[in-house]
Amino acid sequence: MIDVRLLDAPFVPGEFIGPFTKAHPGLGGVCSFVGEVRAKGGVEALELSHFAPLTLPGMQALAASAVERFGLMGIVILHRTGVMLPGEPIVLVAAAASHRRAAFDAVDFAMDHLKSQSWFWKREQRAGQWHWIEPRDDDYASLSRWD
Amino acid sequence: MARLVFLGRLQDVAGCAEREVAAAPLSDILATLSPELALALTDERVRWAFNGELIAEHGGITLGEGDELAFLPAVSGG
Repeated sequence: MIDVRLLDAPFVPGEFIGPFTKAHPGLGGVCSFVGEVRAKGGVEALELSHFAPLTLPGMQALAASAVERFGLMGIVILHRTGVMLPGEPIVLVAAAASHRRAAFDAVDFAMDHLKSQSWFWKREQRAGQWHWIEPRDDDYASLSRWD
Repeated sequence: MARLVFLGRLQDVAGCAEREVAAAPLSDILATLSPELALALTDERVRWAFNGELIAEHGGITLGEGDELAFLPAVSGG
């Protein structure tokens, strides 16, 4: 099962992990990661914008490459767009595999690529002002681990 | 008419998320924009998508009726 979605409203990650797990009888393990809006640095809100013709197709290609590279039984990638508040989930990645190492690695791989290669632009609201977030060098360093 | 689409911080430079322009060679369209915006759009780190497809070559583009050119600055991660 490959399930890749962009969501424009808050979601509850647990509601997706249960059904995803059940969809893969005989699996060895499921690994999941949830990224949330950090409640620090005076961040009042986070906004993620995307470019429809490229963003979801890029995420679908990423999911397919993770399945192939790690021999997964399935993967879920859910990503928010729009305005989020601290504590709200931004992203859920879950991978199902016969063995734990593939599931751990696939989630790590997918997150590194979502952070540095997917078509999202992020800005934070601090003290009522919006500030665009520039890419960070350590995101690229994380990505290079998979070369 | 054709359409320019601005993503990320380029929206702030342009003052809008998209702009209708008369169909024309891109070099003519860029000449009608503010120098600051034209410079930002042609920065080598900005990727371009013509009708939703990334293009590697930025020279010789002409926007026809209904065409869309999107300008995508470096992504800031999910």
